[in-house]
Amino acid sequence: MSTDAHLLEYLLRLADSDLVLAQRLGEWVGKGPVIEEDIALTNVGLDLIGQARLWYGYAGEVEARLTGEGRDEDQFAFRRDAHEFRNLLLAEQPNGSYADTIARQFLFDQWHLLALCVLARSSDARVAEVAAKGAKEAAYHAERSADWVIRLGDGTDESHRRMQAAIDELWRYAGEMFVPDAAEIALAEAGIGADARALQAPWDAAVDAVLAEATLARPAAGHVQKGGKQGRHTEHLGHLLAEMQFLQRAYPDARW
Amino acid sequence: MTTPEQEALAAATERADRVAERGGVHVSADAIWEALGRVPDPEIPVVSVVELGIVRAIEWTATGLDVRVTPTYSGCPATELIVQGIRDALAQAGVVDAKVTTVLSPAWTTDWIAPEARAKLAAFGIAPPGAAAARVDVAGISPLRRAREPVACPRCGSTQTALLAQFGSTACKALYRCEACREPFDYFKPH
Repeated sequence: MSTDAHLLEYLLRLADSDLVLAQRLGEWVGKGPVIEEDIALTNVGLDLIGQARLWYGYAGEVEARLTGEGRDEDQFAFRRDAHEFRNLLLAEQPNGSYADTIARQFLFDQWHLLALCVLARSSDARVAEVAAKGAKEAAYHAERSADWVIRLGDGTDESHRRMQAAIDELWRYAGEMFVPDAAEIALAEAGIGADARALQAPWDAAVDAVLAEATLARPAAGHVQKGGKQGRHTEHLGHLLAEMQFLQRAYPDARW
Repeated sequence: MTTPEQEALAAATERADRVAERGGVHVSADAIWEALGRVPDPEIPVVSVVELGIVRAIEWTATGLDVRVTPTYSGCPATELIVQGIRDALAQAGVVDAKVTTVLSPAWTTDWIAPEARAKLAAFGIAPPGAAAARVDVAGISPLRRAREPVACPRCGSTQTALLAQFGSTACKALYRCEACREPFDYFKPH
């Protein structure tokens, strides 16, 4: 595969994780536990959608270089089926309780911030500028979700129990973030992408520090559930897409 | 004291002036900046898009005026409204063919907000942002949590304030409460 073919794949992974997680956060609209949280979740989602649009825009240009015709952001978002999505499995997991939503966000945010900071130094100028912008946003996301893990973990007996259960449940999906495939390794060697393996140690350090402050136990290493980046998803993604894509599927190219 | 940022803007203005003279266009760069300075930010209307640092440069090209803007946040929903506001203001100033180009790099930072605009934010009840420069160091990031900077209440000036929510009425603001005067207020986050 050419570098551009790897890059297209990589850009879709970044964009799809942002979009799918933003869609999940959007499901909280009007249902947040308190109004400040309702607003915060959707603001984080808005940042992620903005970043997804920038990645899709570049992906379309790379695709045009490869095939002569590139899709636009709406075609990427609304006209692909689950097996064509390249998001992390973590991003598509259901909202569950507020502890589940916070645990998902915390594990993702810590990885996202690290990945964007590495990508901000990419030899590909477009990747670097989108990542540099996103890193500043991800820093606030990471700060917020870590605060909540601590508040709920070091809170009441019930909030502690539920926060621990959420971390335990989602832990199996976190490992995928640090397992590269051939496309990622080739891009990392070219100085364009981030080496997924190199993100593990700083992620561990950051996550462990927050878990310790939250009086939560780090789950034991176990089975790593992966495949999202290659289009093999959990049963949840299809349902998410059914809702997100309905209008464009039923009324193709409909506009406001 | 002028910042490198202001010097760059002044140099761009001079360049635009020279090109305007050569091309025989009668709208001066000063008049263009003045027109742009009248475009309010849609979400914080007390400050202009120039004062916020959203307008990066103006340049006359072979096809007309090119205005370069940068979004504050990747997903800022006000971006389209800002572009429309800029087009309308320029049309009123006599430039009808302006092109508005979005640039991402260097990424927008609250450090670009002009000192006058900071005073206007405070008067409007929004605590102006602290220094952003060191918040995210992409060259050597440590994602560990940092101590929060003290934020002064825009009403009474007390620094006895508490963070209520990391995201307030918009993504760029956090919600605080003053423990001295007990009023809630928005804090424009350093970014």
